[in-house]
Amino acid sequence: MAIKRREFLKIAGLTLAAGTGGLTTFSALRNGILEAAQYNRDPKGLKGSRWGLVIDMARFQDSKAIQKISEICHKKHNVPTIPNPRHEIKWIWQEGFEHAFPGQESPYMADTMRHQPYLVLCNHCDNPPCVRVCPTKATFKRADGIVMMDMHRCIGCRFCMAACPYGARSFNFIDPRPFVKELNREFPTRMKGVVEKCTLCYELLAIGKPPACAEHSNGAIVFGDLKDPNSEVRKLIASNFTIRRKPDLGTMPSVFYIVSGKEERLGGHEHAG
Amino acid sequence: MLDKALTGSRTYWGWIVFLLAITGAGFLFYLQQFATGLGITGMSRDVSWGFYISQFTFLVGVAASGVMVVLPYYLHNYKAFGKITILGEFLAIPAVIMCMLFIFVDMGQPLRVLNVLLHPTPNSVMFYDMMVLSGYLFLNILVGWTVLHAEKKGIAPPKWIKPFIYISIAWAPSIHTVTAFLYAGLPGRHFWLSAIMAARFLASAFASGPALLILLCLIVRKFTKFDPGKEAIQALGKIVTYFMITNVFFLGLEFFTAFYSGIPGHTHPFVYLYAGLDGYNKLVPLMWLSSILAVVSLVLLLFPQLRKNETTLAVASICVFLSLWIDKGFGLIVGGFVPNPFEKITEYWPTAAEATISLAVWAVGALILTVLYKIAVSIKEETGGEAIH
Repeated sequence: MAIKRREFLKIAGLTLAAGTGGLTTFSALRNGILEAAQYNRDPKGLKGSRWGLVIDMARFQDSKAIQKISEICHKKHNVPTIPNPRHEIKWIWQEGFEHAFPGQESPYMADTMRHQPYLVLCNHCDNPPCVRVCPTKATFKRADGIVMMDMHRCIGCRFCMAACPYGARSFNFIDPRPFVKELNREFPTRMKGVVEKCTLCYELLAIGKPPACAEHSNGAIVFGDLKDPNSEVRKLIASNFTIRRKPDLGTMPSVFYIVSGKEERLGGHEHAG
Repeated sequence: MLDKALTGSRTYWGWIVFLLAITGAGFLFYLQQFATGLGITGMSRDVSWGFYISQFTFLVGVAASGVMVVLPYYLHNYKAFGKITILGEFLAIPAVIMCMLFIFVDMGQPLRVLNVLLHPTPNSVMFYDMMVLSGYLFLNILVGWTVLHAEKKGIAPPKWIKPFIYISIAWAPSIHTVTAFLYAGLPGRHFWLSAIMAARFLASAFASGPALLILLCLIVRKFTKFDPGKEAIQALGKIVTYFMITNVFFLGLEFFTAFYSGIPGHTHPFVYLYAGLDGYNKLVPLMWLSSILAVVSLVLLLFPQLRKNETTLAVASICVFLSLWIDKGFGLIVGGFVPNPFEKITEYWPTAAEATISLAVWAVGALILTVLYKIAVSIKEETGGEAIH
């Protein structure tokens, strides 16, 4: 079927218009007239060069306290509750000492330390293996140290899951949306076939708030800039014995655990979230 | 030359239809996987790579092994391989295509596959893997087709093809080295974090690939008028023997390092695979089968009088291929994930859907191999099989 002359002219005209329009937009972008996104940063947004967490484990003897934090985080980020453990998605959860710190356990260590639950999450490593292996830069390290995920770019190859020594990453083996109990409309849900993990509440930092886990921990989790010698986190690390998960692998995790083995830590601090 | 693939016996067409049927069945399961996600496989949060990636890994080895006939012929002028270089090259082509298909079916978001090109990431080994695999595919198609075309016309292959042949010889080990680097550079996966990984990959590739080629040569001789030649098959047998010994030796080195050092992270995956760990032992029978097949094959291969008998050589080749297929096409990948980073154990076993999809990828490979071999053999039947220099 041949195209009528009139229709041809119409299509040609539209193509030309679209082409010119595209060109104008392109040159406008190039000359910096328009930003890629018309978006202003919140002046209250937190600025840091390497965000980290210090977790005082003496304050987490009770697994319910961790459970609560995990629920808050998962609810806030639309993390689905999938009953099949093979397809489970988790951002922050609890593990026993020998599972969180394998190789560091001993049969003679303090009972409280050995038997209490430990909070585990993405370590936002300074030298993240997941970022190194990602073939599309879908997972990348931000200037402030957060190891981020671009769920729209992820191809679901799961190389990052093989590379992460902390088991911090979950893959959406099935469509997660039917398993989100209460939808939080302020945070995106994910689709099947992409990898996800804790993003250190980048969305809260952008509006000047600390990560939700720190905020709801009654001061047991302290958030701050590890590069700033005057930060609360640096003071805590300097004045307490802290350990990190698998530091020998050279990943330089940004999550520090204060472990004393005592019921309540001596000289405990009071710090509001 | 493609026309040669369009005429064939009833057996030929029956085989083609059979392969298409398997491909179709797998495709239906793939549609289900595409719609519902990788949850239809046996993979999990803890064992996040399974049968697909294992098969990919194994097949990169088969693809690379084409060099085992190309190198002696072109670099050492080993005439007996003149008749079968094309069989080696035409085995590499479907092997690489199967590798690509296995990667594709393993992707969570397959429609985003071009993101790998759109956002090239040189720090990712997968980026290099993609480059070397496509390069190797191109080289084998180019070299195989050009040389065969010249043979059909009864003339010597054009001179310009020589550099491509030499490049392809150097390229072959690179594809399997890069594939080993996918695993060997990951902190926290003790089973894979081994400097001998790439060497072991190459040894097992150069044993399993030529073993498959021996079987293919015997099949070609049985079903067509083209005889790849006793000498060529015997020479392949020697290659398989040496590399199977090397492979078993390399595996032994891994065992020594793991168990003499006694480092738990290094020993656990081996214990899990060969004896079972904390009561989990799904893979133990398979791994022992692999070991027994390896021993049987070595006995058959090591004694020249046994190896010289083509029936025993065929049995030995089957043993080598199956042994390494289990070891590398299953145990090696699953073992890397058990125990998980929390020293906990989640076991893996492929589902029926996953197995059917995998079988379909193999069927696609077999289909391409059949068509390519049909073309090559038809031409060899006309010319008597001797390539012209």
